Amino acid sequence: MDFLIFKAPMLMVQASLDGILLGILFALIAYGMALQWGVMNIINIAQGDLVILGGYIAYTMYLAGIHPAWGVIVSPIIMYFVGWALYKLVINKVVDRDLFISILATFGIAIVFQQLMNFIFGADVVVAQSEYGTTMLFDNSVTLPNSKIFSAFISVLYAIALVVYMKKSRLGRAIRATAQNARAAKILGVDTEKVYAATFGINAALCGIAGALISITLTLHPYVGLPYTVRSFMIVIVAGLGNLPAVAISGMGLGLFEEFADYILGTEFRIGAVFMLLVFILVYRRFKLSKKREYLK
Amino acid sequence: MNKLVKLFTIFISAITLTLASISSSFAKVEGEYIVLGSAISLTGKYSSNGVHTQNGYNMAVERINKMGGVTVGGKSYKFEIIYYDDESNPKRAAQLAERLIKQDGVHYMLGPYSSGLTKAIAPVTEKYKIPMVEANGASRSLFTKGYKYLFAVLSPANQYLEVAIDLAVEKNGGKPVKIAQAFEQDAFSQDVRLGILDAAKRTGSEIIIDDKLPKELNDMAATLAKVKAVKPDVLVVSGHTKGALTAIRQISEMKVDVPMLAMTHCDAAKLSKQHGKKSEYALCASQWHKNLSYKDKFFGSGKKYDKDFKKEFGYAPPYQSAESSAALLVFKDAFERANSFDRDKVRDALKTTEMQTFYGNIKFGPGGQNVAKPMILFQVRCKGDVCENKVVAPTKWASDKFYHPIPKWSERS
Repeated sequence: MDFLIFKAPMLMVQASLDGILLGILFALIAYGMALQWGVMNIINIAQGDLVILGGYIAYTMYLAGIHPAWGVIVSPIIMYFVGWALYKLVINKVVDRDLFISILATFGIAIVFQQLMNFIFGADVVVAQSEYGTTMLFDNSVTLPNSKIFSAFISVLYAIALVVYMKKSRLGRAIRATAQNARAAKILGVDTEKVYAATFGINAALCGIAGALISITLTLHPYVGLPYTVRSFMIVIVAGLGNLPAVAISGMGLGLFEEFADYILGTEFRIGAVFMLLVFILVYRRFKLSKKREYLK
Repeated sequence: MNKLVKLFTIFISAITLTLASISSSFAKVEGEYIVLGSAISLTGKYSSNGVHTQNGYNMAVERINKMGGVTVGGKSYKFEIIYYDDESNPKRAAQLAERLIKQDGVHYMLGPYSSGLTKAIAPVTEKYKIPMVEANGASRSLFTKGYKYLFAVLSPANQYLEVAIDLAVEKNGGKPVKIAQAFEQDAFSQDVRLGILDAAKRTGSEIIIDDKLPKELNDMAATLAKVKAVKPDVLVVSGHTKGALTAIRQISEMKVDVPMLAMTHCDAAKLSKQHGKKSEYALCASQWHKNLSYKDKFFGSGKKYDKDFKKEFGYAPPYQSAESSAALLVFKDAFERANSFDRDKVRDALKTTEMQTFYGNIKFGPGGQNVAKPMILFQVRCKGDVCENKVVAPTKWASDKFYHPIPKWSERS
């Protein structure tokens, strides 16, 4: 029973596809985190709560009779302004302080957001229905919800758009310049304040997209944001900052790892396995770095 | 300067002392009111069920007060409840229980919402020997600790889905069945799991998948893929509302065919409303249903309760509200039989409770759990796009026939 997955090759396919599709979605959230971490040196604990808020925007549309998939367009627009406002209100006060202060500040934001969502949308678990149906493969033995395929597709689309935007546009270049050296960028005439606000807005917008996708693939609840923060944190730790392909691969890898851990170790160790992996990677990185380290004696 | 500080300290302590002595003179019974206390989740993750609980309490208080109140020693008293918001946080709940007892001088408590919070409060009420009638903590571990002042009007968690296994065996011609199960790792769901293990043992059934879902999990695709591969006779899922909604979403998306699907929290999750036809045929455990034929003189029947509740609060009462209302009926009955406000006399009266309410029969077992009321199972059935919960088991209360096996997804429109 323990190793059912090795007896049934179709399960292997199912697990891999499930893992990859989910991983892509996580990678999108992680990319937002990597972006603003890289540019502003802020670890955003409220990341997951921004995601859930984005999801609630799509859910509200669904309640109003609009197909929730339109949320992937509406939600990022609203969330951009939420992110922007959040920057102006709170983040700009902590952006050049040390990491601890910003973690505390975003932790506070996370709590405020949770309570606000609980207040506005209620504490019930909710889902939006996409009615997209299911794709069956290999004589119905592998089933893929079309909503998951849709969400992976949209995530990839937005990720590519963002990369192009970062490379080509004026703001994109300004963001990258600020990430490299904020002081130098400022001297050369980049309005870093504006860049920071935009970066935080873009991050929130990415969360909005992911949230809208989660509303049709998983479930929404005011208090489920933290697991998304933790996962994206982990993906970023593994992939490093400002490296989109690495974030994508690390996201998919994490999705795969989770699914296989579920089959081999059991569902109860799924999250535990992910944390073990994080510890392992951190130790390994340290070990590798210590080899390169040179001491002045 | 130092003197000033000293003076100030004395002043403050004097005020505190006076306040403390005033509040401790707040008795359990003030004038014509019997004061009950409850810490309840009005904010936080349990807030919706917390409000259902509070509405249930309030409805009963109003009804009992209107119909003559509680007669003790030939005098009529009214109920009054002091509420505090526990923010869905067990630590806070325990603090508030302490505050209710020590500062507000409450001598009788009503339970909070959820097993977890009841578990946090029970040691406090036990310590101060305060009788507590609770309506929303079903975890079996509440009733095995030897608590003497805890009484629960609801059936314990391990009974939630036992009936479902019996039903599956019955449908299988009395032969043992293959069970696949997935339970969240929390006190309540794990107790439901223990019930299934007992039922499996009793019927000789085999458990072929036994997954434990982490609290953060909102994706159970892996479990369902396993279910698809091993084809059990019955799939049991319990993980509060999130578990119920996730299960139906993914079972329908992955086209998992099982002859029988048993769950908890269907009505709390508004399953039939949120998932519509996708949730059809799901079998759900419930403490109460309005169609049951229990009766009492305060609320009449379940149907009447349903109607009155809707009129008062604007939505159909979930079982969480019904059982909460029943808790007050139990208190009233106990006060009148004790004919005294002595806590231990009231406790002894509670212990010998044997009554029928619109919610069901109530009689407390040695651990304080209600042993007189069976759990019921309803099945989601749809007509067109409108889905409803129909009681299908136990046979005595069934209003509709249990539909078995669930048609395959390929045959469902």
